[in-house]
Amino acid sequence: MNAIVAFGKFWWDFVVGDDWRTAVLVVVAIVATAAIAHSSVSAWWLMPPAVAGVLYLSLRRAAGR
Amino acid sequence: MSLTILVLSTFLASAVEMVEALTIVLAAGLARGWKSAFAGTAAATVVLAVIVVIFGPALKHAPLNSLRLIVGGVLLVFGLQWLRKAILRASGFKALHDEDAIFAREIREAEGAQSEIRAGLDWYGFTLAFKGVLLEGLEVAFIVVTFGSTQGNIGLASLGAAVALVLVVGVGIAVRAPLARVPENTMKFSVGVMLTTFGIFWSAEGAGAHWPGSDAALLGVLAFVLAISYGLVQLLRRWHAEMHPAEAQA
Repeated sequence: MNAIVAFGKFWWDFVVGDDWRTAVLVVVAIVATAAIAHSSVSAWWLMPPAVAGVLYLSLRRAAGR
Repeated sequence: MSLTILVLSTFLASAVEMVEALTIVLAAGLARGWKSAFAGTAAATVVLAVIVVIFGPALKHAPLNSLRLIVGGVLLVFGLQWLRKAILRASGFKALHDEDAIFAREIREAEGAQSEIRAGLDWYGFTLAFKGVLLEGLEVAFIVVTFGSTQGNIGLASLGAAVALVLVVGVGIAVRAPLARVPENTMKFSVGVMLTTFGIFWSAEGAGAHWPGSDAALLGVLAFVLAISYGLVQLLRRWHAEMHPAEAQA
């Protein structure tokens, strides 16, 4: 069991790192893109500004602002 | 065009990770003996090759849209981690990566460790080189497998990594010192930008969005990520100067 937890923790740290909120917001942005795309409306425009916002929020937290 | 960026991305990511692995192997070799350092390096390289050989072809059989959605999302989270660290370094919030300092610390720790012989090898030197190459190389394997499978070209993605390996090992053998002059922080920044760019592109495509101009839109996304990264570096530099006025005046 410990080995499975350690394995999971390693991959979590490896991919997500120390800011889990970034991962959650990225998933929200992808789900929103999928929802818009499936309503037959163009959806490509959503990800770039969403990622810019996610990065800004993450950096603001890291900088202690 | 996207294949050129693919090779360039795997080359840059591999080169920067291999420079870090080389520092650790050099420290292990100089402080604990080359036999153990080379054995650790070889063992880790075999494990990494097995990972690419197993996961690369396995991902090739996954449906392309699902693959792009999952790989794009994971790459995006992974890339934002790189980009975040690179922006924090460029703006002074995080110390720059210094191979000379890391090398000195690794040598100090390796020289101070107790000797233990297993299978005719100095165990500390072997595990130091093994862990260093495996952990740094895992990022390379991850990028090669994800980029290669999503673009349907593991071979080309591996080529970028292989060229980086030959170059870094060749220069490492020639200078026998950490490659401190390699613009590592700039390279890490570039890799963060590329991972984030591909992550945005593929995750949106996998979610069902259609980019105007198809693959050519990748350049537009790249320009956008570069522009916001540059803007954020400038903003954080301003914040840093406000929070540490003494450093800003020095």
